[in-house]
Amino acid sequence: MANSMARSFLQVAATEEVASPLRVVQIEGLVILKIIKHCKEFSPALVTGQLLGLDVGSVLEVTNCFPFPIREEDEEIEADGANYQLEMMRCLREVNVDNNTVGWYQSTILGSYQTVELIETFMNYQENIRRCVCIIYDPSRSNQGVLALKALKLSDSFMELYRANNFTGEKLREKNLSWVDIFEEIPIQVSNSALISAFMTELESDTPVKQCDYDRLQLSTKPYMERNVEFLIECMDDLSMEQQKFQFYYRSLSRQQAQQQAWLQKRRTENMARKAAGEEPLPEEDPSNPIFKPIPEPSRLESFLVTNQIANYCNQINGVAGQNFNRLYLMKSLHDN
Amino acid sequence: MAADDHTVLQLSTPSTANLSAKVHPLVIFNICDCYVRRPDQAERVIGTLLGSVLPDGTVDIRNSYAVPHTESAEQVALDIEYHHNMVVSHQKVNPKEVIVGWYSTGLGVTGGSALIHDFYSREVPNPVHLTVDTGFRNGEGTIKAYVSVNLALGDRQLAAQFQEIPLDLRMVEAERLGFDILKTTAVDKLPNDLEGMEVTMQRLLALIDDVYKYVDDVVEGRVAADNSIGRFISDTVASLPKLSPSVFDKLVNDSLQDQLLLLYLSSITRTQLGLAEKLNTAAQIL
Repeated sequence: MANSMARSFLQVAATEEVASPLRVVQIEGLVILKIIKHCKEFSPALVTGQLLGLDVGSVLEVTNCFPFPIREEDEEIEADGANYQLEMMRCLREVNVDNNTVGWYQSTILGSYQTVELIETFMNYQENIRRCVCIIYDPSRSNQGVLALKALKLSDSFMELYRANNFTGEKLREKNLSWVDIFEEIPIQVSNSALISAFMTELESDTPVKQCDYDRLQLSTKPYMERNVEFLIECMDDLSMEQQKFQFYYRSLSRQQAQQQAWLQKRRTENMARKAAGEEPLPEEDPSNPIFKPIPEPSRLESFLVTNQIANYCNQINGVAGQNFNRLYLMKSLHDN
Repeated sequence: MAADDHTVLQLSTPSTANLSAKVHPLVIFNICDCYVRRPDQAERVIGTLLGSVLPDGTVDIRNSYAVPHTESAEQVALDIEYHHNMVVSHQKVNPKEVIVGWYSTGLGVTGGSALIHDFYSREVPNPVHLTVDTGFRNGEGTIKAYVSVNLALGDRQLAAQFQEIPLDLRMVEAERLGFDILKTTAVDKLPNDLEGMEVTMQRLLALIDDVYKYVDDVVEGRVAADNSIGRFISDTVASLPKLSPSVFDKLVNDSLQDQLLLLYLSSITRTQLGLAEKLNTAAQIL
């Protein structure tokens, strides 16, 4: 036993040295309740807030959070928002709350969060905090008795590419980065203080059926599925738009190459003629000629995000369909009885 | 503080008669968290309760924050500036939540409470005072709500008394989340869709078994029949829609097919995505 303990300590020490990667996000029940309250009260408007906590080894502890007021497109109000944030942090510090930003939370509708804005926010946060997470909560899902909470971070290789703002096919191949590698989902753990645990045990009603059981056994998930499919179709449209962009690019690229070839051919015959006449050959490249100007390759970021989004919708549909099967068979057997 | 003088005539304001309070679980969580993080020398934490008064007079307590304070034998000093800053900040996020009262940890009302209550009475008419016994002095976590009632003899104000009001502690919100997550000190993993479903089905099954057992017991005369329970059971059975087996089968099969179609659609989309990804990398290598 002592031996294994010693080894595990050694292992811990070994992992500490190589700046252990973020493995787990540990959230307090308080934070979950706060997030849910904020997101639900303003649903369907999308809201955000700040997460406070501690960074301990490979675990990121989220111990408190506070909501942001709904943002408006106004300079003055934006400055106001920054003030609000500072004020709130100061106030919370005074009552001994961990005064350390570890990320932010936001609500989403049907998991449609994979946007360029999210990545931009991530990069902003990442500049100041080495480790940050984004917690995503989906109020529409929780009506079905599911706790739709997700902790995300950007993968390191993606961040490197994003900083260089280089999303050409070549670079992506070099990094071996595909659309699945943009976001990393981090497993969530929930912790509560012993005091809260005691109170909750005290307050738990002794009815055998809980609200979430009712929600889970709800048979009508059609509106949810319909909207999910609608969103999926929209995404498909977006994806095909992106593909058209690429087709256009490849077409103009091949046209340009053909032009270049033709020009080169012409130049070579010209040079042959000049050689025969004993003159200096002209250079085989002409940077001033517009056909040699490289056509910028469209960024693949957008299509990656759309693909991610589609995969997400598919997962959701699969999940809910699976639940629905359960419900249907349950209903059937109940009815037979 | 409560005037225990029994000779005074008590004229409680009529509005307190049907006053009750409802507490959101977040408030309890917040208070506990603040208590855990209280300064070394502090005996208790106090803070402001935010929420709204519902049309039927129920005070809906939805949010809270702690206010630093210092307390000695006979005086209490609240950080009023802090309190005002926090109110302004909270108002920015949710203008609908206003001050409805204040909370304190500890069992019941203590000496300094009247002073603080006085302060909050100036902020909002008829504030609610919530006490949360974080020390579990009775062996249980007592949570109580009070309002202050004026005691007067004729026109003369004599004192104020804390009167307990009914408190609704049903935690529907917490139930939504699942007590399993909130009850224990550590949960390794959030339950996913199907695991949650499994738990719910097991509960349902247990309930049905209970009903079966009860009915069997009654039929065999082991348990005395209770009419009200019998009525509940018959209501429950009657609430199942009466459908002929063929209609029901059609209904179930149609839904099943819808679901299968959706599943098929999403699987094929995923396959497409995977294929496109492979082709993309293959094309780049060439």
